[in-house]
Amino acid sequence: MSLNEFFHMGGYAFYVWTSYGLALVVLLLNVIGPLRQRKKLLHDIARTNRRARRNTP
Amino acid sequence: MTSDSLLRAFTLLLKRDLTLAIRHRAEILNPLLFFVLVTSLFPLGIGADPKLLQAVGPGVIWVAALLAALLSLEGIFRSDFEDGTLEQFLLSSHPVSVLVIAKVLAHWLITGLPLLVISPLLGVLLGLPGDAIMILLITLALGTPVLSLIGAVGVALTVGLRKGGMILSLLVLPLYVPLLIFAANAVDTAAVGLPVTAHLSLISALLVLSLSLSPLATAAALRISLS
Amino acid sequence: MFNNFFHKMASPRYFYNISGQLIPWIAAACMALFLAGLYYGLVKAPPDYQQGDSYRIMFIHVPAAWMSMFIYVVMAGAGAIGLIWHIKLAEVMAISSASIGASFTFLALVTGSIWGKPMWGTWWVWDARLTSELILLFLYLGVISLYNAIDDKRTAARAVAILALVGVVNIPIIHYSVEWWNTLHQGPTVTKLDKPSIHISMLIPLLLMAFAFKLYYAFVLLMRARCEVLERERHTNWVKELAETK
Repeated sequence: MSLNEFFHMGGYAFYVWTSYGLALVVLLLNVIGPLRQRKKLLHDIARTNRRARRNTP
Repeated sequence: MTSDSLLRAFTLLLKRDLTLAIRHRAEILNPLLFFVLVTSLFPLGIGADPKLLQAVGPGVIWVAALLAALLSLEGIFRSDFEDGTLEQFLLSSHPVSVLVIAKVLAHWLITGLPLLVISPLLGVLLGLPGDAIMILLITLALGTPVLSLIGAVGVALTVGLRKGGMILSLLVLPLYVPLLIFAANAVDTAAVGLPVTAHLSLISALLVLSLSLSPLATAAALRISLS
Repeated sequence: MFNNFFHKMASPRYFYNISGQLIPWIAAACMALFLAGLYYGLVKAPPDYQQGDSYRIMFIHVPAAWMSMFIYVVMAGAGAIGLIWHIKLAEVMAISSASIGASFTFLALVTGSIWGKPMWGTWWVWDARLTSELILLFLYLGVISLYNAIDDKRTAARAVAILALVGVVNIPIIHYSVEWWNTLHQGPTVTKLDKPSIHISMLIPLLLMAFAFKLYYAFVLLMRARCEVLERERHTNWVKELAETK
């Protein structure tokens, strides 16, 4: 299959590539989401710790 | 008392409501999910005949939007009522109607706008043709602010009551009927390819009318409820 | 020895550390399977006699649909374990699965719709399989909404477990719907109990993608579960120390 045929997908290019593109987006979001959330959580917890230490004499 | 401080109060109130909503994302997502669910119930209940669905589609989507707006409206003044902020609004030197516009605008951005965004998808689910979906979008864009504006009057009247939610529906749904009739009719007419300028003009008129009068009515209703 | 393993696994801290080490390996294997599946599916497999190249959407659509049902059963099962034996980790696994399952259900619905447009001429039809898959999406969204609405995580986990168990009856309906009702959707070709009626050149990428998706679910679930564990255990010393060192 030539590169041209690959992109053209027998005339169904829009349908095939939209589906695969959408799948890529969904899969990426599901990976990036927890990564960012973990960083945010650790940051929040550290901040709460610092405040608690400051407030206790 | 200057218009400058009024503008600041307006934007502050708007920003606050939007920030609160972003933090409690369920406020945005639950009415949206309700909208989609209710719309989906109809094909399941009345059968999946595409012609039938296309015929009732516009009305179904509009009724679902109405109910979703009503459901989300209940909370527009409640938390402010409970912690006393509402009384502060009435006591402040700013005209209450302007503050009301800020709250209603926030409500529309939080609930009306998402409905607008998802409605083409629902149009597709019910098999509406492209022209009809376009007009559906326009009627919703013009009509959902009306739902928020008129609804605010009802909420203001019932904010202190115990079973406010049920009474709210009884008050507000009759007021929504003209909008529903014009909007559903517009989409139906567009589906058969006829022009809908008359319908859209009427809906725009409703929008302008409610934009100018309902904040005043809401302010008056708030004063009554909090007296 | 297994008793020891289960005891250790019930400890969130042990789980957090072990999963942190496992994730890169699972992710790497998943990536390899995806690449293989995509190569065999998009390049090596020949065009279909009837559907041309559009059938290649199947390599996304079918595994996504399988995962949507599989994850729901896992979620309900983990919820049941958490409910009956009060194991924290089971509760964590249940709720962590919800959004992943919802994503796959959404993907299955949308890719199915996109595939359906050139094949059947319509984006959507209210037949038994599509409708029950849509209801599955609503069930997932309901679980997520309910969990977020309840403040106390343990109560939330229990409520969600009950909801998930009640909804599990939908899964056999989706799977058998194409046999019980005359539908537009095609009949089962792989998961029936005799020889699959699909050509080997198309079966291989399908299975590769299916395994890739399973591994994907595994490592993303672990990532989400770690976040949930951190959230729940934020008042413990090990979490506090962990946050300091990051």
